[in-house]
Amino acid sequence: MEFFFNLVPLIPLLPLLAFAVIVLFTHRKNRLSSNIAIGGIALSTLISWGVVLATILGGEHVQVEGWQLPVPWLPTGTTVFSVGFAVDGFTAAMLFMVPFVCAMIFIYSQGYMNLGQPNQDPRYARFFAYISLFAAGMLGLVVADNLLLLFISWELMGLCSYLLIGFWSFRNRDTEQHIDEAQVKRARAAALKAFITTRIGDVLLFAGIALLYSYTGSLNFREIFRPETLEHLQEISLLGQPAVTVIALLAFGGAVGKSAQFPLHVWLPDAMEGPTPVSALIHAATMVAAGVYLVARTLPLFIAGFEVAHAPALQWVAVIGAITAFFGATIGLAQDDIKRVLAYSTISQLGYMMMGLGLGSLVAGIFHLLTHAFFKALLFLGSGSVIHGMEHGHHKVAHHSDHHAQDDFNANDMKVMGGLRHKMPRTFWPYMAGTLALVGIVPFAGFWSKDEILAEAFHLFQESGSLSLPFWVWLAGTLGAFITALYMGRQIALVFWGEPRHEAASHAHESPNSMTVPLMILAVFALIGGFANAPFLGSFLHHFMGEVHEASEVVHSAAVPFSLAVAGISTLAALLGLLSGWAIYRNYRAGQVEPFQRWLGPVFILLRNKYYVDELYHLVFIQPAVWLADQVFNFDNRWVVDPLVNLVGTIGRVASEITRVFDTVAVDSWMVEGTAKAFNGLGDALRHTQTGRVQNYLLVVSVTVLLLLGLYMAFL
Amino acid sequence: MNFPFLTLITFIPLAAVVIVALIPGNREREIKWFSVVVSLIPLVLSVWVWVLFQPGGGMQFLEEAVWIPTLNAYYRMGVDGISIPLVFLTALLTTLSLFYSAYTIKVRVKEFFLLFLLLEMGMIGVFVALDLVLFYVFWEVGLVPMFLLIGIWGQPKDRPQYSAIKFFLFTLVGSVAMLLAFIAVYLTTGTWNMLEIPSLGPLAGAPGLAVAAFWAIFLAFAIKVPMWPVHTWLPDAHTAAPTAGSVILAGVLLKLGGYGMIRILLPFFPAQFKLFAPYIGVIALISMIYGALVSMAQWDLKRLIAYSSVSHMGYFTLGIVAAAASLDVSDPALTSRAIALNGAVLQMFNHGIITGGLFFLVGVIYERTHTRDLKAFGGLSVKLPIFYGVMLMTGLASLGLPGLAGFISEFLVFRGAFHIMPVYAIIGIIAIVLTAAYILWKVIQNVFLGEFSEEKWSAIFDPEHWHFSLDMDRFEVITMAPLLFFMLLVGIYPAPILNVINAASTALLSSL
Repeated sequence: MEFFFNLVPLIPLLPLLAFAVIVLFTHRKNRLSSNIAIGGIALSTLISWGVVLATILGGEHVQVEGWQLPVPWLPTGTTVFSVGFAVDGFTAAMLFMVPFVCAMIFIYSQGYMNLGQPNQDPRYARFFAYISLFAAGMLGLVVADNLLLLFISWELMGLCSYLLIGFWSFRNRDTEQHIDEAQVKRARAAALKAFITTRIGDVLLFAGIALLYSYTGSLNFREIFRPETLEHLQEISLLGQPAVTVIALLAFGGAVGKSAQFPLHVWLPDAMEGPTPVSALIHAATMVAAGVYLVARTLPLFIAGFEVAHAPALQWVAVIGAITAFFGATIGLAQDDIKRVLAYSTISQLGYMMMGLGLGSLVAGIFHLLTHAFFKALLFLGSGSVIHGMEHGHHKVAHHSDHHAQDDFNANDMKVMGGLRHKMPRTFWPYMAGTLALVGIVPFAGFWSKDEILAEAFHLFQESGSLSLPFWVWLAGTLGAFITALYMGRQIALVFWGEPRHEAASHAHESPNSMTVPLMILAVFALIGGFANAPFLGSFLHHFMGEVHEASEVVHSAAVPFSLAVAGISTLAALLGLLSGWAIYRNYRAGQVEPFQRWLGPVFILLRNKYYVDELYHLVFIQPAVWLADQVFNFDNRWVVDPLVNLVGTIGRVASEITRVFDTVAVDSWMVEGTAKAFNGLGDALRHTQTGRVQNYLLVVSVTVLLLLGLYMAFL
Repeated sequence: MNFPFLTLITFIPLAAVVIVALIPGNREREIKWFSVVVSLIPLVLSVWVWVLFQPGGGMQFLEEAVWIPTLNAYYRMGVDGISIPLVFLTALLTTLSLFYSAYTIKVRVKEFFLLFLLLEMGMIGVFVALDLVLFYVFWEVGLVPMFLLIGIWGQPKDRPQYSAIKFFLFTLVGSVAMLLAFIAVYLTTGTWNMLEIPSLGPLAGAPGLAVAAFWAIFLAFAIKVPMWPVHTWLPDAHTAAPTAGSVILAGVLLKLGGYGMIRILLPFFPAQFKLFAPYIGVIALISMIYGALVSMAQWDLKRLIAYSSVSHMGYFTLGIVAAAASLDVSDPALTSRAIALNGAVLQMFNHGIITGGLFFLVGVIYERTHTRDLKAFGGLSVKLPIFYGVMLMTGLASLGLPGLAGFISEFLVFRGAFHIMPVYAIIGIIAIVLTAAYILWKVIQNVFLGEFSEEKWSAIFDPEHWHFSLDMDRFEVITMAPLLFFMLLVGIYPAPILNVINAASTALLSSL
C-alpha cells in the first residue's frame, strides 16, 4: 500500500492537467471536455482513497509522523527553500472527503449545465476547465507540506472562485438569452467582491507567512512546529506581543476571509451568483474549508506559550467563530432565496468549526468540516435540482402562454415554490436527509459533529466553573442550533410542503439522473458520515488524526466524553426549531405577509437586510477608497505634482525668454552693436585728424613730447 | 582574450543600424525583417552567456581595453547574475517589439527600426559597462532614440512633442547631476572602474560631499525608476509612445535606474544609503500606494498601466532599501538582506515581462479601436476570447497571483522587508490589495465583462485600418507567447533565474 504515497503529487496534478487539456485542446468539444474533467477528478479520488487506506494500514507511524516528499525550489541567500507534499492522518481525512465530493459535483454539473440539451450553456467546456482548476487548488492545499505551497493553492482557489462566481458576468446581448442583463451585473459585482474581500484576508496571511519565514527560516509544517522553534517564536517580541501570537492572528485573518467569518463574510452570500454546482463546490468541499483547514493545520501557533484555555490567539478564533455561528444563523431566518438561506447556513456552520478549533480541539473542528462538506454539498446540489425543476416548469408555462418576457420570475425564490415533494421525490428525500444532518437529529452526521463541538465547550465550562468564554461559546452554539433548525424548517416547508404558489411550481418536474444520483450518494454519507467519530463506535477519527500535532508539544488531544445532557439539550433545541419552523410555514400562501415578519417587525427587516453590513462597508470602505483614488489622481495630474513640473518648465521658458530679450536688447543691441557703433563713431571722429599734411603730424608729435617731458619732471 | 560576447551583444545592433541606413527607405519589408532577424543575434548570445555563466563566479566575460587615455577612461565590460537577466530581458523585449512593429508600424519605417536598434545598443551597453565614462555614454545614447520614438510616432492627440520633451528634460536633469557626482568620485579615487571604486571608499574624506554625491546619483536613478514625486514624465511618455516604445520604456528603460541603484549607488555609498534608507523607504511606500491609487482612478487604459509601473517599481525600491538598511547588521540578517535584494532584482525582470506584456496588450485593443477609454469597451470576452485569456493571465501576474512570476518577487521583497523594516512592510501590503482592485475592477471588468453588443462594438471598431483577425492575430499571440512562458516559468519554478541572481546579490552584499 505504501505505493500509493508515491502517487500523492498526482492528486492535485491530475485535475490541473484536465484544466490545461480542456483550455488548450478540447474546449470546442463539450462532452469530451466534461468527461476529461470527470475522469481527472475520478482518478484523483481513487488515488486519494488509496492513500487513505495506506494511511489507515500504516498505523500510527504514518498517521502521526506523516510521509513527505520535498522538492528544492527557491535559492535564498545561503539556504534553499523546498516545497513538497506530505500526508498524515489529518491530510488523509481531508483526502477522503475533498476529491469525492468534488467528483459528485462534477458529475452533477453535466446535467445542470444541460449537456446535449438545446439550452446547454454556451461556455460549457470552460466551466469544466474552471472547476477542475478549483479542485486542483484545494487538493494542492491539502497535500502541501509547507505554507507557501498552501498559499499558492489558496490563491489559485481565489482565482477560480472569481472566475466561477463571475461565470455569467458577461454575455453577448444579441445572441445569448440564457442569462439576463441584471444577472450579468450581479455576477460581475459578486465576483469582484469575492476576490477583493478574500484578498484582504490573503494579504494578512501573506504577512504572517513572510514573518514566520523570516523568524524561522522555514515554512515546512514539521519544522515550524518543532518545540524549540515555537519557543523561539514566543521569545521574539513583535508589537508588544509574542511573535507567534501575531503570526497566528495574521493567519487567522486569512482564514476569516476565506472561510467567510465575520467581518469578512460578505462575499459568500453573493457568491450564489455563480452556477449552483459552484456554490456547492465553494461551500462544501473547497474554498471555505480552506480557512478552517489552515487554522487547524497551524493550530500549534495559536496555542504555543499558553494554556489552551488562555491562549489569546485561540480565544479570538473561538469568539469570532461563536459570533459568526449565531449571527449567520439569524440572517438565514429572513432570506427568500433558497440558496441564500443555505449560504448563511454555511457561514454559521463555519463558525461552529472555528468554535471547535478555538476551544483547542482539532478533531472537533475538522469532524464538523467533513460531515458538513457532505451534507452541505447535498443541500446545495439539491437546491440546484429544485431550481432546475422550477426553471423547466417555468419554460413549459412560458412556452404555452408566451408571456415570459415581461414577468420577473425568480426560480430561486422560495415564496413561489411549494408542494414540490410530489413533483420531485428523488430530490426531496435526499434533501430531507441533508436537512436532518444539518439540523443535527440523531443519527444523522451533523448531530455527532456538532455535538462534539458543544460537548467540548461545555466540558471546558465545567472545568473552569465560571461563566467564562467556553460557556458563552456553548450558549451561542446551542442557540444557533435552534435557529438553524428553525430556518431549515421554514425552508423545507416553503419548498416542499403546501400548495404550489406559482404556475412554474405546479409544472416543475424531476431532474435527470446525472443530478439525482449524486444526491442519493451524498445522502448516504449525510446519514452515516457521523459514525466516523461517534463515541459509541470508539471515536475513530480521534485515533486517526488526533495526534498529528503531538510533536509540537503544545496541542494535546483527548476526546471529551460524550455528554448526554449536552446532546439532549441541543437535540431538543433542534427538534423544537425544525418542527416549529415547519408548522408555521407549512400552509403559507402566496401574497401573505410571512409569520416571522408579522412577529418580529423591524428585527425581521434588519435580518433580511443582513444587518446592513454591506451598506456599511460601502459607506466606510469602498466609497472613501474610490474618493481617495480620485483625489490622489487630481493631486498628481491636476493640482500639485504635474502642475509643479509644468511650472518648472514654464519658469524655464520664461527665463529663456527673458534671456532672449536681454540678449537681443542688452547684449546684442547695446553692448555688441553699441561697441561697434562706438568704435564706428570714434573712427568717424578721428577721421578728421587724418589730414595728410606732414607739418600737422610734426606739430602733434612735438606737443606730445613736450607734454610727456613736463609730466616726467613734475612727478619726479 | 576570450570570445568578446558582450561587445558583440552590444554592438551588433549598431552594425545593424548602419546596414539599415544603407537600405533604401522604400524597401520597407526588407528593413523590417532584416531588423527582426538581426535582433535575434544578441538574444541568442545573451542566452548563451546565461548558459555559460558560472553562478558564484563573480563578474564574468570581462573585456578591457584602453579607450580614452587622456581621460583615463577604459573600455570595460562584464556581467554578473544581476546584469545577465536584464541583458536577456532587453534583447528579448527588443526582438518582440521589432517583430510586433513589423506588422503595426506604417509610417517612416526606416527611421523607426533604425532608432530602435540604436536604442537597444544604448540599453544593453548600460547593463554591461563597468567603467563610469562608458556607462554614462551608453546612458545618454539611449535617451535620444526614445525621445524621437515618442515625438515622431506618437498619436497627435496625445501631445507627443510635449511628452517627448518632458521625458528628455527629466532624464537630462538627472544625468547632469549624476555626471558631476561621477567626476567627484573620480577625483578622489583616480579611476572610473566601477568594480574598484567601492573598495577605494569614494569621497570618504569629505562626508558632506559624499552625501551630495549620493543624492545627485540617487536623483538620476530615481527619475528613471521612476519614484514619486519625479514620476510624471512616465504616464505622458507612455500615453504618447507607440506600442513598442511603451513596451521598451516600461520593460527596460525603467530598469536602467534600478540597475544603477544596485550597481553604483549601493556599492559606492553603502553608509549613506543605510543612513537615508528610512527616508527612501518612505518614498518607496508612497510610490507603491500612490501609484496604485492613481491607477485606480484612471479611465485611460494605457495611463492606468503606466501608473501601475510607478507602484510596482516601488516594490523594487522597498527591496533595495531593506537590503541597504540592514547593512553591517549581524549575520542572520544577511539572509534577509540577500532575499530582499533578490526580490528587488527579480521584481525588475518580472516587471519587464509583465508590464511589457500589458503594453503589448493595450496595443492589441488600441490598434483595433483607436481608443483606450475604459468606458468605451464592455463584454469583449465574447468577441475576443483569446485576448481575454491572455490579458487575464498577464493581469493576474501583475497583481501577484501565486503561481505566476509577480508573486515570487513580491514575496521575496516582503519576506526581506518584514524582517528588516516590519512597519514599512505592513504599510506596503496595502498596495497589494489596491493592485487587485484596479486590475480586476478597472481593467478586466470594464473591458471584458458585462454586456457585449454589436452596436457598441461597431462604434469603436475600425475595420478599415485593421487587416488581421479580429481576436488576437497570430503575430500578436507569437509576441505574447514568450512573455507568458516566462510568467509561468518564474512563477512555478524560479530556481534557474534566482540561482544567478542570488549568487550575485550575496556576493555584492558580503563585499559591502
